[in-house]
Amino acid sequence: MSETTPHIVIVGAGHAGGVAAATLRQAGFPGAITLIGSEPYPPHERPPLSKGLLAGAIPVEKTYLRPVAFYADNRIAFRPGETAMAIDRNAQRVTLANGGTVPYDTLLLTTGARARRLSLPGADHARVLYLRDIADSLALREHLNPGARVTVIGAGFIGLEAAAAARKRGANVTVLEAQREPLQRVCPPEIGRFMAELHRRNGVALRTAISVTAIVEADGALALRTADGDTIAADIVLAGIGAQPNVELAQAAGLVVDNGVITDEFGRTSDPHIFAAGDVTRHFNPLLGRKIRLEAWQNAQNQAIAIAKIMAGGDQPYAEVPWFWTDQYDVNLQIAGAPEHWGELIWRGGPSDKAFTVFALSDGMPIAAITMNNGRDMRAARELITRRRPVDLARLADTAMKLQDLAKESGRG
Amino acid sequence: MADENWVTVGKRSAINPGDVLGVTVGDREFALYNLDGEIYATDNLCTHAFALLSQGWLDGEVIECPLHGGRFDVKTGKALCPPVTEDLKTYKVRVVGDDVQIQPG
Repeated sequence: MSETTPHIVIVGAGHAGGVAAATLRQAGFPGAITLIGSEPYPPHERPPLSKGLLAGAIPVEKTYLRPVAFYADNRIAFRPGETAMAIDRNAQRVTLANGGTVPYDTLLLTTGARARRLSLPGADHARVLYLRDIADSLALREHLNPGARVTVIGAGFIGLEAAAAARKRGANVTVLEAQREPLQRVCPPEIGRFMAELHRRNGVALRTAISVTAIVEADGALALRTADGDTIAADIVLAGIGAQPNVELAQAAGLVVDNGVITDEFGRTSDPHIFAAGDVTRHFNPLLGRKIRLEAWQNAQNQAIAIAKIMAGGDQPYAEVPWFWTDQYDVNLQIAGAPEHWGELIWRGGPSDKAFTVFALSDGMPIAAITMNNGRDMRAARELITRRRPVDLARLADTAMKLQDLAKESGRG
Repeated sequence: MADENWVTVGKRSAINPGDVLGVTVGDREFALYNLDGEIYATDNLCTHAFALLSQGWLDGEVIECPLHGGRFDVKTGKALCPPVTEDLKTYKVRVVGDDVQIQPG
């Protein structure tokens, strides 16, 4: 037995990679596990990198999934600071940047995503920063000082969270968004407007429907030129314009890649010896009936758990309603579902309230929900969405009716 | 040991079976649960991030955090699944009349 115990190699030691390694052991996988990551840090959660860590409220160690000793204690060969350069699928081995090779029986790709780069003149300036990993967060934090002029390009989750952290540290913050409202990729416009108001109330100069055409250095500061002829001065620029999956390794190895490594609901790639999980995947979601690529904590965590269990012999697919959250100032916003259009909305309360919940419907069934400062509704909302059954819309909109009761009630149906 | 350690933190009649209620005593937050008529108490703050468990989802004897879905056994405080790794503090409970009392320590 000892000579033939299988070896699982995990490439990518971010959130998904770390969770997968731990889950393989919890699920009783008896073989060798090697976890390869190019960063110097152990597997960690990413949400604090644009919130608590960036604001200086927590130390780096608080982001770690497990203490560093956990890996050795659980016979996981964790190799930080090592970068996989190639996969030889015939020989079943990974080649590292240092020239070493690591043989595998089964490979798990958790290579994640990286910040999408700006492509405009001046974007390569040293004070144009991005926010994706711990090093980025610590580097950006150095610039978030009282009075510093911080300009954020992009009012998505990352841009807005960074803006909130920068305000917390006393910086002068401008946010520039090309769309008419913030968060348009993931929210209906009413929610975008609510978040825009929140930021303006907290002293952010938020400008929407504006695009930057060039960044130039003038008198030691940066100047952003906009399409409408304006110039905005900045000491530092943060570009938060999305992420792109790290598919190069998979692509070079000939796996099927299309805006992410393509996997089914069991994490299987086009090679039976190679699985993938986390941000890098565009995976089939049986609840949605389509493939989806996600950049979110839930997917890094729960897809990695599901796929690791499958690799350890399980047979349960990964099938969850996509779920995102963001914390900005004193606001917690959560989103369940990923509708292509928000369409008809059912409101429980509304944007003039401090806390509210809104559902999106399709054929009388809730397909997505947003809670604003109303996390207590979220689990019930996810339950209702997962069930995919028509609900009584009058009761869904009735705030006197507790959503948890509605969910538990229809669960018994 | 001493009787004066018991502190009244809420009314039993305010917690229906299957419900969880958050209470603040001084600067501390507790969550009180009614599991089939029996009252249990834990810290209200999730051990993972700043979230009140009393706003979570009570699923049988398990409370699920409203922010990140961490789950704890209400009776033992045991952390049941990622991302929570640290157990939740639980408190002994007694009910005197309609008063729910705990020993906050």
